[in-house]
Amino acid sequence: MHEMSLAESVREIVDETARTNGARRVAAVRLEIGRLAQVEIDAMRFAFEVVTRGSLAEAARLEIVETDGSAWCMRCANTVAIARRGDACPECASYQLQVTGGDRMRVMDIEVA
Amino acid sequence: MCVTCGCASGETRVEGVDPDHVHTHGDGTTHSHSHALDHTHDHGPDAWQRAAVAAGAAASEGSQARLVQVERDILAKNDALAQHNRDWLAERGIFTLNLVSSPGSGKTTLLVRTIEQLAGRLGVAVIEGDQQTSVDAERIRATGAPALQINTGRGCHLDAAMVQTALGRLAPSEESVLMIENVGNLVCPAGFDLGETHKVLVLSVTEGEDKPLKYPDMFHAASLMLLNKVDLLPHLTFDVERCLANARRVNPAIEVIPVSATSGQGMDDWLDWLERGAHAARQQRPDRVATQHRRLVELEAEVARLRSQ
Repeated sequence: MHEMSLAESVREIVDETARTNGARRVAAVRLEIGRLAQVEIDAMRFAFEVVTRGSLAEAARLEIVETDGSAWCMRCANTVAIARRGDACPECASYQLQVTGGDRMRVMDIEVA
Repeated sequence: MCVTCGCASGETRVEGVDPDHVHTHGDGTTHSHSHALDHTHDHGPDAWQRAAVAAGAAASEGSQARLVQVERDILAKNDALAQHNRDWLAERGIFTLNLVSSPGSGKTTLLVRTIEQLAGRLGVAVIEGDQQTSVDAERIRATGAPALQINTGRGCHLDAAMVQTALGRLAPSEESVLMIENVGNLVCPAGFDLGETHKVLVLSVTEGEDKPLKYPDMFHAASLMLLNKVDLLPHLTFDVERCLANARRVNPAIEVIPVSATSGQGMDDWLDWLERGAHAARQQRPDRVATQHRRLVELEAEVARLRSQ
């Protein structure tokens, strides 16, 4: 959902970082995308390629690291990995879970030249 | 105008006017929005070849390729603006609700009924979000409450920047209740903080008890679910208990109030919830010295940041 606008936000962050560091070109961009962030990876790759044309990050290599969703289970008091919101706790099968991670998307680092 | 939703840039209208040409806030501060989609396109094969040659040349020269740490969240810009809105509202003791639902859940009718019954008890101002028309804002104004309409064009959700502009124009009264009626959509608004105190989800009994499982992000983000149109229950096979169980499965902490804007059922419970929230907002209003100190710290940080550039 909204991969094109998310890619725009990535491009802004990447451009700003590159300029601040006096770079002429961005060779690679590394994103961390949580599995609970509702981001379609293929759509993200396509959108990134489109929005970076004409920018310092044109033709940059896009690396995507997917991170697991994590949640705190109120029943068994464990932090567990979950694939989707609404999944049961893999340890005790309870649905009383509070998401603690894997629902965000971050620009981790960029390789500049 | 929309800082995160590129597909709506240039189309947002606040009270029929392109907000990029309206920059003044109620507190006198100004800022401008620029559209992000103004880069040039070069689609020809030459551009790719040039880029590939340049990349190859850089690699073969043993370029000074280096890694620069970023670690910035993509929605950071919207989140920062939302927090700015939240602080602005908290300083004024304004209890703010982001009303979300599918289209046709009865949000606006419920709002109209709520405002009518709060008359004399609490002041209410409304920010209306729809793709097109000012029909909803006009319905609200007919009750006597101030309302401001945002039309998103093709946009599917309100964002913090739109709300920031709206706050400057609407200038809600101190210690009042602000209702933000989001675009009818159970998917997208979940990811866009506006600066509200709570998200309130309106689910109509005509929508089916499986909705919480189908749209877990939105139900997870809501503090309260108003189960609306309960006057229709005798005509439906809607299983109320199963709906509540599903909602609590996705969000164990969600509160639920069954209501009917037409019959009046449950309205007292809903109004009590509002009164309690408005009271808490008044009680938690930071004192002026603390507020000014916080602003000073913010300005000092901004100056330091600008100086370092």
